[in-house]
Amino acid sequence: MGMMLKIFLALLLSTNVLAQQRFITVASTTSTEQSGLFKHLLPMFESKAGFQVRVVALGTGQSLDMGKRGDADVVFVHAKALEEKFVAEGYGVKRFEVMYNDFVLVGPKSDPAKVGGSKDIVAALQKIKAAQAPFASRGDKSGTHFAELQLWKMAGIDIAKDKGPWYRDTGSGMGPTLNAASGMNAYALTDRGTWLSFKNRGELVISVEGDQRLFNQYGVILVNPAKHPHVKKDKGQAFIDWIVSPEGQAAIASYKIGGEQLFFPNAKG
Amino acid sequence: MLDAILSGLGLVATLDLRLWEIVGLSLAVSLSAVALATLLGLPLGAAIAVGRFPGRQAVIVVLNALMGLPPVVVGLFVYLLLSRAGPLGELGLLFTPQAMVIAQTVLVLPIIAALARQSVEDAWREYEEQLRSLGVEGVRGAFTVLWDIRFSLLTAVLAGLGRASAEVGAVMIVGGNIDGVTRVMTTTIALETSKGDLPLALGLGMVLIAIVLALNTAAHLVKDAAQRRFG
Amino acid sequence: MSAILPLRLEEVSFAAGGRAIIERVSLVLEAGPSSIILGANGAGKSVLMRLMHGLLAPTAGRVAWSGEGARRRQAMVFQRPVMLRRSAIANVTYALEVAGVPAAERERLATDALSEVGLRNVARRPARVLSGGEQQRLALARAWALHPEVLFLDEPTASLDPGATREIETIIKAFDAAGTKIVMSTHSLGQARRLGDEVIFLHQGRVAERAPIDRFFPQPASPEAVAFVKGELPWA
Repeated sequence: MGMMLKIFLALLLSTNVLAQQRFITVASTTSTEQSGLFKHLLPMFESKAGFQVRVVALGTGQSLDMGKRGDADVVFVHAKALEEKFVAEGYGVKRFEVMYNDFVLVGPKSDPAKVGGSKDIVAALQKIKAAQAPFASRGDKSGTHFAELQLWKMAGIDIAKDKGPWYRDTGSGMGPTLNAASGMNAYALTDRGTWLSFKNRGELVISVEGDQRLFNQYGVILVNPAKHPHVKKDKGQAFIDWIVSPEGQAAIASYKIGGEQLFFPNAKG
Repeated sequence: MLDAILSGLGLVATLDLRLWEIVGLSLAVSLSAVALATLLGLPLGAAIAVGRFPGRQAVIVVLNALMGLPPVVVGLFVYLLLSRAGPLGELGLLFTPQAMVIAQTVLVLPIIAALARQSVEDAWREYEEQLRSLGVEGVRGAFTVLWDIRFSLLTAVLAGLGRASAEVGAVMIVGGNIDGVTRVMTTTIALETSKGDLPLALGLGMVLIAIVLALNTAAHLVKDAAQRRFG
Repeated sequence: MSAILPLRLEEVSFAAGGRAIIERVSLVLEAGPSSIILGANGAGKSVLMRLMHGLLAPTAGRVAWSGEGARRRQAMVFQRPVMLRRSAIANVTYALEVAGVPAAERERLATDALSEVGLRNVARRPARVLSGGEQQRLALARAWALHPEVLFLDEPTASLDPGATREIETIIKAFDAAGTKIVMSTHSLGQARRLGDEVIFLHQGRVAERAPIDRFFPQPASPEAVAFVKGELPWA
């Protein structure tokens, strides 16, 4: 019985090892996945590179955790401070900037906090708190959630202490949070990409956009093969090299929804 | 609501190869898991039904309780097992359909085993004396009864299939919902819902229900025919 | 192969749920005469049979067969036959398989047994669609195929109509003629008279009387048996 088990596991392993060669695993965020960016980008890369890119789309927090555990070859997220920590702690090789998009504040057409049309996100958040207008937060350790918390801090509000029943912590991804916001006629912070492809808007419209502080930078990092020897470093690096190359950057810029560009490439050099 | 359903069905009717790939994968994963769970669960349930050992009642209680395992917890557990940082990481099974089959098998096994246990135990009351009179003991008796009641065990298998095809928590975590690789009906529905594309999600939901209904109907007809044939 | 009879019961008792069902029964069953266990409902006939056949373990006392391999050389037919969801003949070959009979011989032995009880023509039919009487005959065929030394029958015709009952009794007589020891419980006096050589009369878990059939009928010795025969003791 023990012998059979060993043979079975050996077979499983060997067929898996063979299969493993043909793809890399990229841990990314729900915003990039749900915006449709990967559906646009990956076919271009895969036909050139000859191997598959499998994207597991979770939140930033979970993606970085996957990288730490060695369950991904590359992480592609948008939380600079966390990414730099990731590399500093030895889990990642090097952080490359790839592209940015921006966040927008969406809210009900009726605009109870009277923030519509403004370009000042900080002031808007202060008004929302003052008016106790419903606000839906992701609350899921994602890049977006992180950014939201930063903005509250900038507004001088200790949201953990000062939140009231008007602040709804959905603990979920961007889509479900927007669904909740739509259902509750609440304000919410979202990345433009997800918003553009979101179909269940209800009465929500963009309330605040264009503030420099809503700028959202994406970075790509190869998971450190020193920590996880099985990481497919050549293929992973090939993907990173492509995405920061002029070709990859052009591919990013060419992705549009309804004629509108979602992500702006800004890889250095 | 009706609009959403109709437009959903419309979308689905015109939908492409992609949809059928997803349906195919869903069926492959869930049917494989149910097959595995049946192979393991029927003998397990029968053995517990017929066996007499210390702690038997406790085993039965735990087995029944495991029927209510939350899928997302099973997913998490299997994820931790299969993660590179985990004990079975070497196998590189995470984010593959195989991982999904494993997770669903774990989820469905208690259901099939517990229901089989109940059915066999009930039947054993009828068969026990005669079988023991013929000199049939223990394991052999369990398997004879198991085979004899095989058509009523279909109900247990269908319960398992229902659970597997309906769940999203386990396959989401261990499969990663990777486009073209580990995306199944339930995770697609979850994804489309979270993207706000409710008509499409509904349409897919209807397809899923239709498939499960078809499988159940087939099983019912088989059971019926068998009843008439074997008495 | 030594005989497994005589069967000795030594001070056998059986209690369940706080109630004594069989109380200190001592008996010897010899090969040859068919023994009828007679008694009212609740007297303990079924339990006694099961103690003898080994389906129940006594709570006190000993059930001792002579010779080796007693387990395999007995068979029992119950009031309600239990058939597997297979064909009639498959039920018989199943029993032969369990008994270790080589595969090549099973079909033949099974067919012979079915012929013996007159079920040859329904050999391939699903056992469970047969009538009650036919299923009981099938149970006897199953036992016949095993050529047991002892055949226990626990009220085998209680659920059958008179026609089926007659058929069963004919088969039991055939067993007897072939040398199988019959141990049968019944509460039908007529059946006891037709099939039995001796009567073991059970009353409230004890053997109240044991006598050859000609002495028991027309006049039993014990008062309980008298009352039973007269019809005053349907329930113990």
